Amino acid sequence: MPTILYFARLRETFGVEREHAALPAPASVAGLLDALRARGDTWAAELAPGRAFRVAVNQRIAGADTPLADADEVAIFPPVTGG
Amino acid sequence: MAVHPADHIRVQTEAFDIGAEHARIAALGHATGAIASFTGLMRSTNEGDPVRAMTLEHYPGMTESALVEIVTDARERWALQAVTVVHRVGRLTPGDAIVLVLTASAHRGEAFAACEFIMDFLKTRAPFWKKEDTPAGSRWVEARDSDDEAAARWRANGDAGAADHGPAPAVPDSAGGVAAGQAPARPSGSGGQR
Repeated sequence: MPTILYFARLRETFGVEREHAALPAPASVAGLLDALRARGDTWAAELAPGRAFRVAVNQRIAGADTPLADADEVAIFPPVTGG
Repeated sequence: MAVHPADHIRVQTEAFDIGAEHARIAALGHATGAIASFTGLMRSTNEGDPVRAMTLEHYPGMTESALVEIVTDARERWALQAVTVVHRVGRLTPGDAIVLVLTASAHRGEAFAACEFIMDFLKTRAPFWKKEDTPAGSRWVEARDSDDEAAARWRANGDAGAADHGPAPAVPDSAGGVAAGQAPARPSGSGGQR
């Protein structure tokens, strides 16, 4: 059960700051995103392929094929706008 | 990834004192011949609209490690004696300082280049997000393509070498040899050209 964190606009849109998601198999970022999109509505819209968002696993930017394990911390957020 | 003992990398809600940060670096040793500084301020307008305040959110833990990684990359490219990065989070109002980058080196070329490099990657890699408070309501600031292009210029320069890209290579101080054998080029031109 990886922890999933949401930040900024996506946190507000989803109305969730943190959750523990049951993992689909295979346990990768792509699989997790598919499971989240299957919730429909804003989840399907915001995480649609081609939308600008980033995924970090254990606080490092990850790709679709990054594997996930139970203890991982996943974060999903919009492109950054600091500085 | 370890922070160099001379470096200070902080994320904080409080205002920072630019003079004090500068003085601390200047006092580290007399091998330093140049300190470049960048201060980012909150503007009172954005995208043509007045902005009354701004709230900066970040990803605690990842923010700090991203900043350390950026500074470590800069240290691999240039001979730097000290680097300070301070970034504020929380609520800010127009005129407030948001971010400070100080880079100390023997000569100005490396200090200038490293300061710009750190800001270009901070804008694209460090997990901060701005939300603006405008008369029409609050809105999240959208990332700009020009920031990605600014960061990508460094990659292009690093891969292809200075000669192939633009007329503005790093200018070593004439007062002495540049310590880093391969001082890289500054990014060529301003954003927009590929």
